Amino acid sequence: MAVRPTIEELEEEIVENFSLFDSWDEKYEYIIDLGKKLPALEAEHKKDENKVRGCQSTVWLVASYSDGLVHFKADSDAVIVKGLISMLIQVLSVHTPDEIIQAKLGFIDRIGMTTHLAQTRSNGLLSMVKQMKNFALAFKLQNESAKQ
Amino acid sequence: METLTRSELLTDSTAIRQQFPILNRMVKGKPLVYLDNAATTQKPLAVIDALTHYYSHYNANIHRGIHSLAEEATAAFEATRDTVKEFIGAAHREEIIFTKGATEGINLVAYTWARKNIKAGDEILVSGMEHHSNIVPWQIIAGENGARVVPIPVLDDGTMDMSAFQRLLTKKTKLVAVVHASNSLGTINPVNSIVAQAHAVGAKVLVDGAQSTVHLSFDVQDMDCDFFVFSGHKVYGPTGSGALYGKKELLETMPVFHGGGEMIKEVSFEGTTYNELPYKYEAGTPNIADTIALKFALDFVNEIGKETIHQYEQGLLNYATDALEQIKGLKIIGKAPEKTSVISFIVDGVHPQDLGILLDNKGIAVRTGHHCTQPLMDRFGIPGTTRASFAMYTSYAEIDALTEGLERSIKTLL
Repeated sequence: MAVRPTIEELEEEIVENFSLFDSWDEKYEYIIDLGKKLPALEAEHKKDENKVRGCQSTVWLVASYSDGLVHFKADSDAVIVKGLISMLIQVLSVHTPDEIIQAKLGFIDRIGMTTHLAQTRSNGLLSMVKQMKNFALAFKLQNESAKQ
Repeated sequence: METLTRSELLTDSTAIRQQFPILNRMVKGKPLVYLDNAATTQKPLAVIDALTHYYSHYNANIHRGIHSLAEEATAAFEATRDTVKEFIGAAHREEIIFTKGATEGINLVAYTWARKNIKAGDEILVSGMEHHSNIVPWQIIAGENGARVVPIPVLDDGTMDMSAFQRLLTKKTKLVAVVHASNSLGTINPVNSIVAQAHAVGAKVLVDGAQSTVHLSFDVQDMDCDFFVFSGHKVYGPTGSGALYGKKELLETMPVFHGGGEMIKEVSFEGTTYNELPYKYEAGTPNIADTIALKFALDFVNEIGKETIHQYEQGLLNYATDALEQIKGLKIIGKAPEKTSVISFIVDGVHPQDLGILLDNKGIAVRTGHHCTQPLMDRFGIPGTTRASFAMYTSYAEIDALTEGLERSIKTLL
């Protein structure tokens, strides 16, 4: 089995990518590009129960669990938010529940997102992180009860 | 202000802009272009100075004190009441009840007049373009009293369906609560006609003037509405200030709202008697500083003249409407013939939130979302819009900045 990069290593990649940009115009163009490239979620997943609360735009998030790893898929009707989710998926997907629960996600701060974007509560970035961690926690608990 | 003339405002907003210090600031490294005036307006120096002056020179509790400071503060506070009375054209100063804004005014009427007078089977008509604050208080009281809140439909151009209104008006209608100017669309409703028709079936009328007070010349006596509410912060005044107007004969017979100091005549455990108008509805220490400063905001508007401001803003509205309509894929929501200087729009394939974020990055402040009018958004089958709203200090150059910002943002997003 190939060695999986750690969450910190994946965060570092994003921080390095962002360091190439001089202006926020460029950063947004990059985020928008990520949003456009994230595959659309299948229609059957776009239902109310998969919606993340606390977002001005609609965000759908689904998680699956196989071989001890959590996989995330998501979509949004707003492209910048979709780009943000794309980064979160890039960092958090295909990790164990414990790794996801313990992730500090310092990259959000380091790329300037907290001062530039998250202050407008509408983007719901923190809601998405919370929802992803909740999924990880649910899989962990499910796992533990199955072992008993 | 003495340097400012009517013609200067109409030809160039520079003189006006100098009175609003916040307009000089930078946002995201660019000059602020503030186009969210329907949410709140910025404050002129006169208002900012009035607040500082109050706290630096005559801060005191009002009405009860015998000392000089208390007398000065009371005089200034009551002077605002006279100014508000004149500003909206009320007949008597005691018809002006200070509130923290339009929402509190509506709730006051809901919890006093409506709670007492709305009975099981009665109907409260509200327009389909109401702000949530002119829907929810009525739903609460209707729920308690077994009454119904009935929406008056909105037509495709964003005007109220007046023939539907006529059909919905019946003997069951006890109250019509309607917005003077829509915060989401800018539509100006024909309130005089609405009031006359409602009165003909014996219903009372509350007019929500949160958006109209800053833009339109009107007179509540001419309008003949029973209640009128507005927020000070949307008329260049401080947040937490505002007023409810009610016809004296109604206010006199309505039950009290909040109990406490100031609203009483005599208190004993055998029974308490209440103060006269307007103090009957002003329990507790009011928002003295902000209410005092509200007068300075209204004086500022009066000095320039509401007609002058209206003409200038209509010019901005027409200019912006023409410019935005040139943008491919952009559709203006709300095309009523009579509008305040508000433009709501959607763009094909573009989410309002994305536009809002990218415009903010260019220093341009607009509002995105449902604007607290979810039923209206449902009516148009959209989750929300992007809204640009103009004030007396908005410049034509700022509208150009909006147009250019939109074109560039849309290009980036599509």
